[in-house]
Amino acid sequence: MKECAKAVKLSGAEIVTVAVRRVNIFDKKKPLLMDYIDPKKITYLPNTAGCFNSKEALRTLRLAREIGGWKLVKLEVLGDKKNLFPEMIETLKSTEILTKEGFQVMVYCNDDPLMAKRLENSGACAIMPLAAPIGSGLGIINKINIQIIRSQTKLPLIIDAGLGQASDATIAMELGCDGVLVNTAIAKAKKPFDMALAFKNAVIAGRKSFLAGRIKKTIMGKPSSPISGII
Amino acid sequence: MIKIKKIKIKLNGKIKTIKENTKLSNLLGNLEIPLKKVAIEINQEIVIKKKIDKIILKKNDEIEIVHFIGGG
Repeated sequence: MKECAKAVKLSGAEIVTVAVRRVNIFDKKKPLLMDYIDPKKITYLPNTAGCFNSKEALRTLRLAREIGGWKLVKLEVLGDKKNLFPEMIETLKSTEILTKEGFQVMVYCNDDPLMAKRLENSGACAIMPLAAPIGSGLGIINKINIQIIRSQTKLPLIIDAGLGQASDATIAMELGCDGVLVNTAIAKAKKPFDMALAFKNAVIAGRKSFLAGRIKKTIMGKPSSPISGII
Repeated sequence: MIKIKKIKIKLNGKIKTIKENTKLSNLLGNLEIPLKKVAIEINQEIVIKKKIDKIILKKNDEIEIVHFIGGG
């Protein structure tokens, strides 16, 4: 947990996802996450990782709210144990219910622009499409879809899952995303602290590059030095 | 001497024997649970923490005490 806290600090992360699990009642000395990462400094984002239907997800987030009044939550309803793709029908249903109950729901989804729009219409407060399957490290498979989703929504757009290295985060930010959610790429790197720092710099680079406005692509060469005065 | 009856409950998935008429607040106190950092469910219904001293545990109650751990 100490290492986790250090990686979070190095990465510059502002939000950390947390899972709801049973307290170890037989080992009272077991440290709590809150002892290492201060929820007043870093926003805790309760999430439903590991839930495979709406009922489980709702139960988890209602419990999370009870722990300490958390209303900002991340909804993740998985549909398949092998590819861990989101079960979008259950996700949509849960988004509607949670929004009605006063939650602010950030939603893990596939990279389908139509589904992203439906989630927005159901009250999602952020759209979180996958780059690739969770933990796969493949990077953004479908950049075009991410660009379409970006162009159609003003909601925060955060790439969730599938990033493998720092440059993937730069690409996400250059596509106009507002952030990235990273776990495996840092936690499983050979040097997690170095990778955490690399991701921080990658996100900053990508954001600045996006705001700076890239040049147009051409297929022919254009001289970059002035032609006048040539000897 | 009056013999105190005991009942069985399920606590975080494990069977536990407690005295009859035990209040939820007493159970949590004995376990040294940091109330501000947990949520509690009895038989899949969330317990409002302010009311724990009014809840008397019954036979076969299933209690879940959960907290946050790191994880995406």
